Amino acid sequence: MAPASARTRTKHVGQSLRRLEDRPLLTGRGRFAADISFPQQLHMRVVRSNFAHGKLRGIDAAAALALPGVQAVWTAADVADIPPIDFRLSRIEGLEPYRQRLFATGFVRYVGEPVAAVFADDPYLAEDAAELVTLDIEELPAILRAGEPPGEFEPGRSTEPAVVRKGYGEVDAGFRAAHTVVEATLSIGRHSGVPLETRGAIARYDAARDMLELHGAAKVPHWNRDQIARMLGRSSWSVHLFEGHVGGGFGIRGEIYPEDVLVCAAALRLQRPIKWIEDRREHLIAANHSRQQQHRVRAAVDRDGRILAIDDEIFHDQGAYMRTHAVTVPDLAAAMLPGPYRIPAYRANAYVRLTNKTPCGTYRAPGRFESTFVRERLMDAIAARLDLDPIEVRRRNLIASQEMPYARRLDTLGTDIVLDSGDYAGLLDKALAAVAWPELRKSLAVRKAAGERVGAGVALFVEKSGLGPFDQVKIGVDTDGKVEVISGAASVGQGIETVIAQICADALGVDYRKIRVTHGRTDRIEYGLGAFASRVTVMTGEATRIAASALKVKAIEVAAELLQTPAELLDVIDGEVVRSDAAAGPSMSLGAIARALAPGSPLRHGRPPGLSAEGWFHSNHMNYPYGVHIAVTRIDNDTGAVAVERYLVAYDVGKAVNPMLIEGQIVGGCAQGIGGSLLEEFLYDERGEPLSVTFADYLMPTVREMPPVDVLICEDAPSPLNPMGLKGAGEGGANAVGAAIAAAIDDALEVSGAVTELPITPQRLKRLLRSERKS
Amino acid sequence: MSERDEITLTINGRRHAIRVEPRRTLVDAIREDCGQTGTHIGCEHGVCGACTVLLDGAPVRSCLMFAVQADGKEIRTVEGLAKGDELNTLQRAFMDHHGLQCGFCTPGFLMLITGVLEREPDISDAELIDVLSSNLCRCTGYQNIVKAARAVAGDMRRQRTAQSGN
Repeated sequence: MAPASARTRTKHVGQSLRRLEDRPLLTGRGRFAADISFPQQLHMRVVRSNFAHGKLRGIDAAAALALPGVQAVWTAADVADIPPIDFRLSRIEGLEPYRQRLFATGFVRYVGEPVAAVFADDPYLAEDAAELVTLDIEELPAILRAGEPPGEFEPGRSTEPAVVRKGYGEVDAGFRAAHTVVEATLSIGRHSGVPLETRGAIARYDAARDMLELHGAAKVPHWNRDQIARMLGRSSWSVHLFEGHVGGGFGIRGEIYPEDVLVCAAALRLQRPIKWIEDRREHLIAANHSRQQQHRVRAAVDRDGRILAIDDEIFHDQGAYMRTHAVTVPDLAAAMLPGPYRIPAYRANAYVRLTNKTPCGTYRAPGRFESTFVRERLMDAIAARLDLDPIEVRRRNLIASQEMPYARRLDTLGTDIVLDSGDYAGLLDKALAAVAWPELRKSLAVRKAAGERVGAGVALFVEKSGLGPFDQVKIGVDTDGKVEVISGAASVGQGIETVIAQICADALGVDYRKIRVTHGRTDRIEYGLGAFASRVTVMTGEATRIAASALKVKAIEVAAELLQTPAELLDVIDGEVVRSDAAAGPSMSLGAIARALAPGSPLRHGRPPGLSAEGWFHSNHMNYPYGVHIAVTRIDNDTGAVAVERYLVAYDVGKAVNPMLIEGQIVGGCAQGIGGSLLEEFLYDERGEPLSVTFADYLMPTVREMPPVDVLICEDAPSPLNPMGLKGAGEGGANAVGAAIAAAIDDALEVSGAVTELPITPQRLKRLLRSERKS
Repeated sequence: MSERDEITLTINGRRHAIRVEPRRTLVDAIREDCGQTGTHIGCEHGVCGACTVLLDGAPVRSCLMFAVQADGKEIRTVEGLAKGDELNTLQRAFMDHHGLQCGFCTPGFLMLITGVLEREPDISDAELIDVLSSNLCRCTGYQNIVKAARAVAGDMRRQRTAQSGN
């Protein structure tokens, strides 16, 4: 049975292994928020403002309260003691008065704003009762455009809570020295992540243990636990959050919203479990929106198309309140706009403007989908103006690999931007080779000559990932040799259980299928930062490697004593401590070592009980993956519809833990990017009434709108900031889609700079076609 | 609203005698009254297809039907696909091809594909895409769902031929 030669370790990292997550999800045994119920639960239904802006004069709940089975109706007066929801990221001075309270207080500021909540024995009944709650609202004029001068939020406060200013270098001197100045006004529409599972929150209070539990948590359970505890005046130890399965995150799901706090407060005060499941219309008007910005940008260039300076004014449409992300999105847009290019002088002023629309937060590649569109449009405009090849202009401006690490002299998310590693020109070459660029151009030229409106576009980008400042992981082995990794990270469907298990498997020497990865539970681990900013594989992954390595050292040390073999000759392979230099010989399973370390074991010899270890990884810098997108599009002259025929994403991820999952992330992100570039848009009428309130109005790509997406995963620039070289993969698929498709449409129209606004809907494209005919 | 009808929903061969209001949707009855929570609710207006189940063999949106309309009919849901712990061919194909991420839309896609391939085992690739475009997925970009569906179409065809040959 023993192998003939020394046993070799199975490699997990780098392999496209099947996911550990899949089985319950494929068999209908998932536990999404709506699947969680507790005996005696009440159902909450939120009464929402039907006006975009107005004075709230009164609320009449008498008819609702008269329905048998309705237990309570709450309004602002009932929760006046609970403070507004605070900021999680990118807090800056002066934003506090603009935070959202649990219910509209005095004024309503967007259609969908919670005004009251009904608690009833049955969800159908709760909905009936909510319809009987009448609101007396005196309508006020709605502010709907961020690019117009600010108005009044409340007496003494304007609708411009902040201006984010970033920059470096001598911008004005750059413009004075310019050979040419290129300008553009570019807009990005209002989109959002729109996960297929709507939000849900189920709270229960166990008076026997004085413990408040919130189920249906996602993304950032520990932070949310601390906030809920603070808002409700409880100790953090008496509040726990539980993440079940999460039906998509994308930045939007899992932030604290009024409804999360309401179910907790109601569970405490009404002494019954409270269940709230959002419906789709609510989701589309109440959960975070994102993206909407207008950029008025200028670039100073020399005669060869080298950029001397960029100056950008950003008008960020934040919606009605400052939510948990504070100024994260405009901050990232301003900080990441320079992308992969060497820009000697830079200035970006982002005007954060409140409008009477749904408040905004992050959505996959926040600030980068927007600023990549702007920057790459600008590169195309420079090329057109100087009559240069767009790819050549990009090459001339790219930061060279020898210049790494490259300090950007900008900061974001509390970190200085230092591009840690990258060979941008090398990846551009690989991407162009992958699509056979010269041949592609030729074939498109032939088709154009035959009357087809086809074109190709290229866009480059730098992503960011691995936001710290810390992550904690605990690993334990039970007496059967099963391993549990406990992390404060969260799963939003991206496959972290598999990825973390793969990393642990290699570092410890066990099969990844024997590893249980526990996450999203504040009762199992003290600290955790959750899942956002493409941080989990980098931060949790490295903390896992550290913990698993420490555990392995411990196991070998015990085994060395018990097997009377020098520790240097031992290794852990498939969960057994064995001699690494021989095929046979004494061995000991991790389970047996755990038994030897049991608290009452005579073999423990004074060591701390249990086979377990803890790992901490601290990092003050993000790292910077990067990529190239290439799109080929075809325009239908009659309908103005754009078909994406083909798409390539080349992405350098530093080190790929599971290429299959990375490809999945990239293709999925690309689909969302295509949605945001061609289809998706939250529209409002002149009174601020939302027009995109169903999936028949807010159009997301189906399989039919998706081109074949080729993904080229590269590992040419491992991050020097962690030993495995890891960078994140969650957002690179979405980042540059708007930019690449815009360039491809320009090319198809043979009009440079034609596309100035996303999404490029058939209506907008027809307008371009008409103006072309006139000119 | 207190008026309730007695109906029987047969889900994966098991009979559930329940009492429902006439307005109760089929998906709510399946999930809440029969405890089969594998069928999901994504939009409640028949667009996303997360709630797709098979009703007498045909894929339907269970959010767009009332429970009383399914009285006495055979309903199949995602819970009925595996045999004990053994995944069926389609479920395995989804795993092999990474056809799911968050898994929320997955039961709807599984039932949609099952229903279609059982009725039209010789469906063309283009027609298959047409059918798959009736459901939404927000994670995968569809590519791997298509791969899984195509891979299994062949298997199901072969299985069917073998069965009819017996």
